Order: sequence, then structure tokens, then C-alpha cells
Amino acid sequence: MELILVNLIDGLVTGLLLFMLSAGLTLIFSMMGVLNFAHASFYMLGAYFAYQISIALGFWMGLLLAPLIVGVIGAGVERYGLRRVHQYGHVPELIFTFGLALLIEELVQFIWGKNQMPYSVPEVLDFTAFSIAGNSIPAFKIFMIFISIAIFIGLLFILTKTRVGMIIQAALSYPRTVEALGHNVPLIFMGVFGVGTALAGVAGVIAGPVLGTFPGMAFVLGSIVFVTIVIGGLGSLWGALVASLLIGWITTFAKSYNIAMSDILNGIGIATPENLGDSALRDLWTVTSPQIADILPYILMVLILIFRPAGLFGKRES
Amino acid sequence: MTDQITTDPTKPAQRMRAGSMTITIGPWIVAAIALMAMPYIFTSNSALTIMNQMWITVVFALAYNMLLGQGGMLSFGHAVYAGVGGFACMHIMNMSDLFAAMPLPVLPIFGGLFGMGLAMIVGAFSTRSAGTVFAMISLGVGELIAACSVIIVAFFGGEEGISGDRTYAMPFFGNEFLQQIDVYYLTSFWVLVSAVLMYLWSRTPVGRMANAVRDNPERAEFLGYSARWVRFYSFVASGFFAGVAGGLFAINYEILTEENLNTASSGVILLVTFLGGVGFFFGPIIGAIAFTLLQTVLSLQTELWAFYAGTLFVATVMFFPGGLAGLLMMHVPAFKLGKANLLVVPYIKTLIPAAIGVFGLCALVEMVFHFRHAATGDDEMTVFWMTFDSHTIMPWIIAVVVTAVGFGIMRMTAPAMKEAWNAANTAGGKS
Amino acid sequence: MKNITKIGAVSALSLVIGASAAFAENIKIAFIDPLSGPFASTGTNGLHQFEFSADYMVNQNGGVLDGQMFEVVGFDNKISPKESLIQLQVAIDQGIRFIAQGNSSGVANALTEAIDKHNKRNPDSRVLFLNYAAVDPALTNDKCNFWHFRFDANADIKMDALTDVMVQNEDMKKVYIIGQDYSFGKAVAAAAVANLTAKRPDVEIVGNELHPIGKVKDFTPYARKIVASGADAVITGNWGADMLGLGKSIIDNGFTGPIYTYYAAGSGITGAFGESGKGVIRLIGEGQVNPPPTPEAAAFYTAYKEKYPDGNVDQTRISNVIGMLAQAINTAGTADDVVAVANALENMEFDSMWGSKLFMRPQDHQLIQDMHIQAHTNEGVTFTFDNSDYGMVVESTVKMASMDSPTTCEMKRP
Repeated sequence: MELILVNLIDGLVTGLLLFMLSAGLTLIFSMMGVLNFAHASFYMLGAYFAYQISIALGFWMGLLLAPLIVGVIGAGVERYGLRRVHQYGHVPELIFTFGLALLIEELVQFIWGKNQMPYSVPEVLDFTAFSIAGNSIPAFKIFMIFISIAIFIGLLFILTKTRVGMIIQAALSYPRTVEALGHNVPLIFMGVFGVGTALAGVAGVIAGPVLGTFPGMAFVLGSIVFVTIVIGGLGSLWGALVASLLIGWITTFAKSYNIAMSDILNGIGIATPENLGDSALRDLWTVTSPQIADILPYILMVLILIFRPAGLFGKRES
Repeated sequence: MTDQITTDPTKPAQRMRAGSMTITIGPWIVAAIALMAMPYIFTSNSALTIMNQMWITVVFALAYNMLLGQGGMLSFGHAVYAGVGGFACMHIMNMSDLFAAMPLPVLPIFGGLFGMGLAMIVGAFSTRSAGTVFAMISLGVGELIAACSVIIVAFFGGEEGISGDRTYAMPFFGNEFLQQIDVYYLTSFWVLVSAVLMYLWSRTPVGRMANAVRDNPERAEFLGYSARWVRFYSFVASGFFAGVAGGLFAINYEILTEENLNTASSGVILLVTFLGGVGFFFGPIIGAIAFTLLQTVLSLQTELWAFYAGTLFVATVMFFPGGLAGLLMMHVPAFKLGKANLLVVPYIKTLIPAAIGVFGLCALVEMVFHFRHAATGDDEMTVFWMTFDSHTIMPWIIAVVVTAVGFGIMRMTAPAMKEAWNAANTAGGKS
Repeated sequence: MKNITKIGAVSALSLVIGASAAFAENIKIAFIDPLSGPFASTGTNGLHQFEFSADYMVNQNGGVLDGQMFEVVGFDNKISPKESLIQLQVAIDQGIRFIAQGNSSGVANALTEAIDKHNKRNPDSRVLFLNYAAVDPALTNDKCNFWHFRFDANADIKMDALTDVMVQNEDMKKVYIIGQDYSFGKAVAAAAVANLTAKRPDVEIVGNELHPIGKVKDFTPYARKIVASGADAVITGNWGADMLGLGKSIIDNGFTGPIYTYYAAGSGITGAFGESGKGVIRLIGEGQVNPPPTPEAAAFYTAYKEKYPDGNVDQTRISNVIGMLAQAINTAGTADDVVAVANALENMEFDSMWGSKLFMRPQDHQLIQDMHIQAHTNEGVTFTFDNSDYGMVVESTVKMASMDSPTTCEMKRP
């Protein structure tokens, strides 16, 4: 029973981390229609910058500065790269971000080398906050939860209560009209892209010490961010939050409990074949939930796209 | 450079028109002769291996372009159709009774059929809409099947994959396909056949309707065509040829692994196709050749090959969205006007300094890399067949000067090239 | 137009390939391993150790035969079986007769089959496969062939030695086994279960599971399960980022018992574990670095650190490969006839500077050597890893491990 509580907390941490990435991405996607494949690369840049800064100025300056640098780089990418490619259409935009992801990974290896960086949790937070039945919950995880929630509330406030937020929301749906009203839509795009990538940077800063800072960290995260925003519904901040938490909990629970396929099949009344070793389906019978935990979100996404293409909270298709 | 000639990807109708070739048999005969002559020019086994890899990529990229270029469907998981076709061929290779009664050149057909079968299953639900929904379903299905490859060991063989021996097939006119050269001709034959078939497909009413659906599905529906079924047919045909590519892979390497299915392979084929140019039928061919050379030959020369490849992709997308093929086809009007000769001198004046500048820049990159990462005492390095000490100032100055001079001259002569370009593409005037 | 492009492109290709085939005097060893991409660090470190060993052990001592030098040529296989086969062909065309590879049993499996077929089909350009790190037991059992030599102990041998030491701990009652979901991870798990049940039937295996390889972002849920199971020890064959991620999660979750591993050292892992891994991380492997077993080994290590200040000698078997190959070529009197060299390698006994006797078993081409259980610590470390304060210190040793272990190999000799 205690394990359920522990898993709830772990899933929450994973989900909120995913949310910080998908929040920026879903804004960028719905506004510009860009599937930004390099989004996870900005997350990686955040971790590496923070590591570099933390050597000189400590963790907290890293947390403050690294996202800013990442955001500026992101805005630069939008201004000098994406905007140029935008005129050619969506596929070239996508390929551009694809190439950019490759390039950033190579650049990171070029500068920091190929080994894992010894980027670690700051000493202030390097203790066990509390334990549940022998499972310790590190203070850093609690810290991660608070940071993510603060960012979510901040974003929600800006988007719904401020003037800038109103303009952004309007530009999401009717960019031409907003432009005609005298707002500088390209600037808004650049700003949103910058903020989105900066959020990814924050995620990198706080995930780097826990999940490791290495050149493959963007690839490991891979396309799961897209899955999140598609499940949640494109352009929906609430959708991104719900989908992130859903994915966080599903994968955590699937990994924590060894549910075997044979148990499920037996449960619904299909008996295990006698000579399992020779059966062509033997691998299907021996599948356990931890094995497939990380592909469950993809199954969920395909199902959602087939039955509800707009996503859980989305209002429009594609 | 004026925009009147460049094809505009946002106006695909125009793109296709520019790409349409007259149905002449000429280019195919030239291609066939070139394919046959190639082994006489490059006799080494490694060149044959690399060419085989190229032709397989050509088939796969052409199949992919049936979706992306002709049908407007962006797939993130197309490697699975080639992979599953290849795995099926591998299993056939291992059924010794059946395989011993089958000549090897027939095998890719089975790969195609299995690829097509899978495409029919997936296409049944994924082709209902295009755009993001299709792309995301393809991503999800791709990830699922790639993940299955390590779970379903009976079919995919787990991480080490499954392997077989092509020489156990029924001898084909006495040939057992022991040597690379035999396999080369088999692959070449299939490349030619597949390319012709895919070209003919693009001329059929279904192929034409794929273009129409890509450009304006609503209008196509009003004309009485089901956009969904048109997409489905394109998807299935593309799956077939992807499967053929997988079958050729099985024959060539005699092993298939998870690598043939994963998203990285799917991403690579997208890059290959785009690099070559999606607007033209022959674009993916150029892309496949260029990328294979980058990946296989450049990686022998430098550890930083992926860095250069990434730069090339980003540069291509930013400056030549038509890909390499688009770049080539930009010159067609000048040739038609008979003014291509006007371009020769300005090109030499601008592009050679530009190339020198790029080489200088590459040298600088290599030197920085060497300086940072080489072992202590290993001060010597070789760039462009020149060996020098990277820890002395002189090579740095030279590289910087070469780069600066190269790009400087390019900047100086670029306006002249632009003028010449305009002149060459303007009808009339003195001739 | 396209044909011109083709011809242009391919002529560039042949130029490039031809350019490097000019030198004939050196005995070349093709090193086919990842030099770019996510596993590049392991591959590059291996290449450095090969180059250094060839230079330090052979070339500086006047080479082999009548003064022929060793030259190690790196080929980037991007850890892909397909690319490995292409690079193999390029290497063979360059006249290289010795192929070294180690990272990923999947690649090794593809290479050993391809080499077997190649040698059968092309008797004029046969090659030998020097496998320095791929430890899937199948390579010296069902899939063995005459051309393949393995210089690392296979997963079964390591597990046999590891459990020999583990079972001496009477307090150990519960063991958790976790690994990557592929052939090697499964081999480790199977060997662990077989050995533990045979040697200590009273020990309970409280968990035995596999996770997807290279895909897990956060190992916390696995760590929770391990702690919740009440395990006293963990066995894992994980490597690379999977090792670090799993290890860190388990330790962060408050686990204090030993974690027995295969590959938890070097390549940044030792540095990243740092203080947290002390007293927890144990590693089974060949090659004793701390305390330095012989003065030669210490000199070798010092010289290596001078050349590569950021590097580690974390694969001592690489110098064994070079040493044994040199001796085999000298015995055979030729470097061109690989069958003679292979015959000289078979049955060879060799004194490694890392303090072990080495014996190449003829029936399956598996090298038999001492196995060490090493601990991650900062005490008594002469040579640290990753420029941290931590390194691996030998705790106990199994002499000539699994000398008489059975093999299913049916070697076909030419």
C-alpha cells in the first residue's frame, strides 16, 4: 500500500518534468504549426549550460542563467532559422528542426566530449526529505515538484490574466487578424519560441542531476514529448498537464508492478498453451509490464488518434 | 537568384509540373548502361558493397517519396515496412526446403508482399486523414513495432537479429551469388525494375490523384475521388517497394536487426529523401547517393562526419528547400534558353572560392577538435593530405586566411553571378 | 544528369578508398567500433588503448618478425550491424587481415557470421576476428567458428567467478537480478539464476527482470521495487547510461548492499558515481589495476596517462590482445597467413603484465584468465578513473576462472 503512495510521487515528478517540456512545445506547435524536433535538444543544452555555470557560480546561478541563455538561443533559432524556412512550408520546417537536433547533439559532443558529466544535486538539497516504508524520497524531487508547479501557475496566469497572454491566445487562432490589429506577430512568435525553449532549459537544469547529463539525453527523451502533446490535444496547456501526469503515472506503475501478459490472458479465460516453448506466440505470453512500460504512451497515442483525433482536451484536429 | 524558376514547395502543383519528365525510354537505357558499367570502373569489393548500399537506399527513398513527395504524407516510421519485408525474406532464407527451390532474385518480391501486407493493415486506420494525425500515427506505430523487435524474439530475433545464407537458394543459371559482384547485379536489376515501376505508378490515374489529394483533398473529393482511398493506395504501394528494399537488404547483408526497424532509420530516410529533393522523381536517387557517401566514406576520414552531415541538412533546408534535385533543375530554363554558357565563368569565379572557404572552415573545425581532444604529444594532424603541428600558430593563420580569402572573393563575385543568373534566365536579348 | 552525378560521386568514393591503401609494410588491425553517436566514448577510449598498446608494446620494441610495425586503423561502425559489415568490407579491401571489435554482442554476432562466410567464399583474403569485449556466451558456443577469438571472459565465466565470491557472504539471503532486455542481459540473468541456485540453494532470488535497453529515462520505479523486495544484493549486467541511471537510482533510494556489476567503471561512470558508489559498487572483470600487479603495468598506465590525461586504462584485455597477437605472428613467422596465426593463437599461454596467466582454449577460442572482484573506492587507489578520486581496487580473485567449463562449440577447422 505504501508503495502506491511512493509511486504516485515518482509518477508526479516524471509527469511534471514532461509537462515543462510539453508546455512550451504545445504553445509553439499550435501557434506556428512547427513540430519542433529540437525541443529535447534545448532541454539538453539547459543541463549542459547549468553544469558549466554550476562549476563556476554554483547550482542556483545555473538554475537562473542557463534557461535564459537557452531561451535566447531558442529565440535566435526562430529569428534566423525557422522564420526563413517558414516560407517554404511545414515539412521543411520540420526537417530544419530535425537537422538542428542532430547538429546540437554533435555540438555538445564537440564542446563537452562524449562522456557523462558529473553534474550533481546541490548539497543543500542532497538529503532525504522523508521515507515511506524504506523508500526514501530525496529532497531534490520535492524541489522539482515545487518548481514545476510554480511554472505551471505562472504560465496559466500569464496566458489567461495578462494582456500579453490574451494577444498570444488570439495569435494562436487568428494570427492574420492579430497582425491586422497592429500587433507584431513575428515578435510574438519569437517570444513564444524563446519562452518555450527556456522552459525546456529549466527542465534540463533540474533533470540533469537526476537523470544524467550526457549527449544522448535528448534522444532518450525522444519523441515522447510529441506523444504527450498529441494525447493532451494540441495547443491546450491543461491537456499537456493532464497528459504528462497520465504518462508519468502509467509508466511508473507499469514498471513498479510485474503484471505478466499470461496473468491477464488467463484472467479473461484464455488458458496458457501447453507447449509454450514451441508456440509462435510464446513471446507474447511472457511479456511483462515493465518490458512494455515505455511504449504504453505510444499505444495510447495511436488509440487516441484513431478514436479522438483532437486529443483529450483539444478543440481542433491537426 | 530570382524566384520565377525555383519550384515552390508551397505550390506543389507547379512543383510536379516542373518535375514531370517526358515518358521517354532514353534516360532509363542510360541508367541501365551506367549500372552495368559501374563495376568495371570501381572493381574493389568495398566499392561494390557501398554501391549496393546506395541502390538499396535508392529504392527505399523512392518508395518513401511516393508518400512524401507525391502523396504529401509525412511518415516517421517508414523503416518498419522495409524492415518487416526484410525479416520475412530472412525467414524464407531459413526455410531450407522452400528456399532451395527458389532462385534468389525472386526473393525481394516476397519482401515487397510482406511490406505491402503490413502497410494494408496500418493504412486501414492511418490513412483516414493526412497531416499531423497521419504523421503521429506513423510515429506511434513505428515505435511500437521497433519495440516489439526486442520483445517478440521468435520473429525478430531480439537484439542480435536473425541471419541466413543466401547461397542456399536454387542456383540461378548456375550462379550461387557467392561474390559481391553477383549481388551487385541482382541489386542493380531490382533498382532499375523498381524505379521504372514507381515512375510508371506516378503516371497512372491513381498516382496522379495522389498529387491532387496532396494539394487539395476537398477538391479531389468533390471530383468524386475518395481522398482516403487514394492515400491508402499510395501507402500500400509505397509499403510494397519499401519491402523490396528490405528484401534486397536481406540478400546483401544476410542479417536483419532491430536497426532496420527503429525510428533512427525512419528519420534517416526522411533526411535522405529531403536532401535529394521531394519535388522530383529522381530527387531521392541523388539524396541516397549523397547520403551514403557521407555516411560511409566521409566517416572513414573524420570523426566529425555527423556534424558535417547535420550542417549540410540545415543548410539545404534553409537555402535550397528543393533539395539537390531542385538545385539541378533550376538550371533547366537556362539550358532551354541556350544561355547556360553565360553561367560557366561566374560560377567558376564564385563557387571555387566558396569551396575553398568551406574547406578552410572545415580545416579550422578539425583543428579545434584536434586541439581539444587529441592525446598529449599527438600534436601532428593531417587535414586535406597536409600534415602539420596543430599546436603551432602558423597552420591556424593559414586556415583563417584561406577561409577569409575564399569567402571574401565569393562575396565580391556573388553579385556578378546573380546578374549572370538573371541574364541566363531571361528570354530574348542578344543571343 | 543523374548519371553524371553518380559517376562523379562514385569516383570520389574510389579515390578516397584507394588513397589509404598505399602503405603495405605495416601489419594493420582494423578497429571496428562506434566512434560517433551515443556510444562513441566507449569506442574512442578503446581505440586509444589499442593504438597505445600497439605503439608501446610492439612498435617501440622493434615490431614483430623482421621489424614490421603494428598499425591500428579505426573504422566507425556507429554501433550498427549494417555499417559494421560495410566497414569490414572496406577494411578487407585495404588489405587488413585482423579485425578487432568489442562493443555490442549484436554487432559481434553479425561480424562473426560475416567473417565466417567471407573466409569460406574468399580463401585468398581470409581475416581473423579479435573480439575484445563482446561477451555473449553464444559466440564461443553455438555460434563459434575458427576465425573468432575472444579475449574477454564471457558472461557465464564472469558470473561463475562472481557467484563463487558472493556465496561466501553468509548474510546474503535475498538477491535481485535486473538487466537490459537483450541477449546479453538475458545471458547474465540466466547464468546468475543457475549459479546461485546451484551454489547457495538457500538464497532467494526475489526479483529477476529485464528493462528496455537504452530507453529508460528514469530508473526510480525499478529502484523502488528493488528496495521493497528487501534484497541484500543486486546483480546487473547493465552498461553505459543504463548502468549509471540504474545505479544512481538504487543508491538514491537508500539501498546500501552491494551492487554487483559487469561494466560500472570508466567512461565517466566512476566519476559520476563518486562518493555515493563507495562501498556499494562491485565489479567483476579481468585485469587488475589497483594495486598495480607488476612494475610493467604501472609503467604502462603512467605512460598512458601522460598521453591521454583524460583517459583510463579500463580495458586491460586490449593490451593482452596486442601482446598475444604479436607473439602469435612471431611464432607463425608470418602475418599474411591468418590460418597459421590462428593456429599459433590456439593453445597459447601468455603472461600478462596485469598479473594473470592467459590461456587461449583451443576447443572454443575462449581466453581463460584470472577474474577479479573489484570495489569502487577512494582508498588505496594508485590509478584513479575519470580524473576523480575514485578507482577500482581488487578485493578478491578467482584464478584461471572456468578453466574446464563445458562448451557446445563444434569447431570446424580449415
